[in-house]
Amino acid sequence: MGGTEQHTLVVIGAGPAGIAAALAAADAGVRVTIVDSAPQAGGQFYRRPAAGLGARRPQALHHAWGTWESLNARLQAHIAADRIRHLTDHHVWFVERLETAFTVHALVGPEQTDPDTVTADAVVLATGGYEKVLPFPGWTLPGVVTAGGAQAMLKGGLVLPGRTVVVAGTGPLLMPVAAGLAAAGATIAAYIESADPKSLVRHASTLARNPAKLAEGAQYGAALARHGVPVRMRHTVVRAHGTARLEAVTVAALDAEGRIRPGTGRRIACDTLAVGHGMLPHTDLAETLGCALDGVRVAVDAEQRTDVPGIWAAGEATGIGGAVLSLAEGEIAGHSVAAQLQGTDPDPRGWSAAAKTRSRLRAFFAAIDTVYAPPAHWPESVTDETVLCRCEEVTAGEIREAVEGLGAGDLRTVKLLTRAGMGWCQGRICAPGVAGVAGCPADTARRPFARPVPLGVLAGPADTEPNRHH
Amino acid sequence: MRRTPLDLVRAEPGPAYTVTFDGREIPVLPGQTAAAALWSAGITSWRTTRRTGEPRGVFCGIGVCFDCLVTINGRPNQRACLVPAEPGDVITTQEGTGHDGRN
Ligand code: FES
Repeated sequence: MGGTEQHTLVVIGAGPAGIAAALAAADAGVRVTIVDSAPQAGGQFYRRPAAGLGARRPQALHHAWGTWESLNARLQAHIAADRIRHLTDHHVWFVERLETAFTVHALVGPEQTDPDTVTADAVVLATGGYEKVLPFPGWTLPGVVTAGGAQAMLKGGLVLPGRTVVVAGTGPLLMPVAAGLAAAGATIAAYIESADPKSLVRHASTLARNPAKLAEGAQYGAALARHGVPVRMRHTVVRAHGTARLEAVTVAALDAEGRIRPGTGRRIACDTLAVGHGMLPHTDLAETLGCALDGVRVAVDAEQRTDVPGIWAAGEATGIGGAVLSLAEGEIAGHSVAAQLQGTDPDPRGWSAAAKTRSRLRAFFAAIDTVYAPPAHWPESVTDETVLCRCEEVTAGEIREAVEGLGAGDLRTVKLLTRAGMGWCQGRICAPGVAGVAGCPADTARRPFARPVPLGVLAGPADTEPNRHH
Repeated sequence: MRRTPLDLVRAEPGPAYTVTFDGREIPVLPGQTAAAALWSAGITSWRTTRRTGEPRGVFCGIGVCFDCLVTINGRPNQRACLVPAEPGDVITTQEGTGHDGRN
């Protein structure tokens, strides 16, 4: 790095939280490097078409585009002035703790073949989240995609997965996904939500404190109505049909206990199912650093500090709550980092607006979380033949045999007996499904590294370790 | 005429180029990933699994699930949802590990 005496912050992730952290720290005079796996800044939320696609109105696929434009303008100004460096196409697989600093190890390029490292006095983990999808018979058929994945391919590549789409699962993300697909020309054959949003009424006061969020929901609702999308609440997809690819889904109504109501099954022809059951935080880097978790998220204090000195976390990694919450958390983290690196007392008055937004939105998403839940008895619909671990092709029958026949009582033992969760994705996709079918808690199984690493790269740092200086 | 995503954002893309998928020429717009190119050509699967030979394509769309693995220019295990499609790329269905019976 530059060789100056200035302190350096590395922010991992260029989504809303990462950018906000980088801006706040850079504004305060900290030298920042943003390391991100995508070719351009924005993260999943502000994912934009590649430049070569020449989109004149990218905002047509986005909510609150103005926020992005002003963030990006500030980011570009810092980059031009050399206060922020943005490393794109860098997939971070390991953050190494040295005595008083950190080395961030990344693999470069979409094929992730070349190693690169960056040293830092402090690190902000803004690693975002990914979608949770619970299994059901037929969910491995081509044409079944995650709701967020369909949205990402649309926002980034301007492509649709098919012409006739069923959007299904649970959670607020399904609304913008359905609205976006419909606006882009897909026919939404049905919108299937397992929750009953009427129960949001119980949280009326929390909701009332978040009028912008309510307006957003109403906008999407109006868009779905305009496109004539049939909406079914308290319904679920019980099976996807097809041989080489998806041809139809069967949906059924749920009773008050979250069980399928017999005789309510209905087949809907479609070539695409966009499905999701909420989001999960990316916590791998935090876990390998030894940061404490709070359930499935990285635990942080009021300044977004983890319990490992020098490591902050912000955004979806510290709990799912969307872009505005991520921006607030990132901003707080950036202020806190700057104060600590510069040896000044952090002044919470500098981020009081962000702190207010943070507590308001955390309450909002806690309420949302209690309402949007997958049907309580979903594992009962998972047949023995259903593949749960998509990488290692482990079926529900094999998982049940490991539990009932071999006495496995926790996710780790199930994994050792069946290889479920031991493939390329390292259990990210199948863990909730396997845990549900096995009937054990979905604790996060620790992974040695945040992503599969070529063996040659692993050999490198180990060989040079004894000679390292800093 | 059906509306397309390109209409929606008033895209004026650079000139299209071609890649091949299992020998068939497909058009690509600059900046699209291999998966986006395949989807626009109506192709949704480009891998068969190791154990039961089932077809797979995009699932997560953001590089997490590894379902979209494909062979590009002879190199297997490329995530189609991340790798940009380059002019002249030879994309082929990845059978199993992609290493011709070596596994
Ligand atoms: S679709 Fe999941 S990694 Fe490409």
